Amino acid sequence: MGFTESRDATGVVMVQVEGQLIVGNRQELKELVQNLTDRGERRILIDFSRTGYIDSSGLGALVSISKRIREMGGELRLAGLNEDLRSLFELTKLDTLFAIAETPQQALASF
Amino acid sequence: MTSPLRLCVRRSPAPDAEGAATLVTVRLPSDVACIEEAVELVTRHCLAGHQATPKTRFRLQVVLSEAIANAIVRGNREEVGKCVYVRAELFTDVIRVYVTDEGCGFDPSVVPEPIRPEQLDEAGGRGLYLIRKLVDAVQFNEQGNSICMTLRRP
Repeated sequence: MGFTESRDATGVVMVQVEGQLIVGNRQELKELVQNLTDRGERRILIDFSRTGYIDSSGLGALVSISKRIREMGGELRLAGLNEDLRSLFELTKLDTLFAIAETPQQALASF
Repeated sequence: MTSPLRLCVRRSPAPDAEGAATLVTVRLPSDVACIEEAVELVTRHCLAGHQATPKTRFRLQVVLSEAIANAIVRGNREEVGKCVYVRAELFTDVIRVYVTDEGCGFDPSVVPEPIRPEQLDEAGGRGLYLIRKLVDAVQFNEQGNSICMTLRRP
């Protein structure tokens, strides 16, 4: 489990979730994004292309992150969700809360 | 380093009285750092010897992770010394998993559904709802400290 951070040519910061996003590491993701916003980053993409599964704590962390970025006047995109991961967002209606793109490339183009 | 998880798998050539051919039990401490390993162990043994679809594997992983996290955080309140017990009974057509904690229990009937628009911005409250959506049946014991989740094999 882990998170890797990178930046594209247009300045969007991409955070890749590797492995699971669950109660044991959701705080780490929240702190990582908080550090990004504290240093002035306002366009953030979270990529789930290499994610296994997410639990409700992970979904809750994403809700908190989304709220924080919105309050800072920033934009958050999610991308790379496979069919199973996407179903978690649909079941919980969180697909209506987040801007979700099929691929990281599509998400980057939408900023 | 020795894993703090205690795994026991009993495979019998003939199903028991209820028809379960295999019983998998795992005892784990109230430490959220142990959840991922416990989920992988139980999932692997539940699906061994069966042609599981990726969807079944995914659902089992999510509901196990969810139920164990609830047991550790809400049930045992992460108290050192309290354990969580996972028991999986494997039938030819069904997987039945019990997750039990050593807490006081709760009343699952009073947990609100988290999908009303005004609740979408809340960080918590989706765990039990997700479990109910991802498995075929959910039951609790009377005390409310043990959940039984049933998944049909496709």
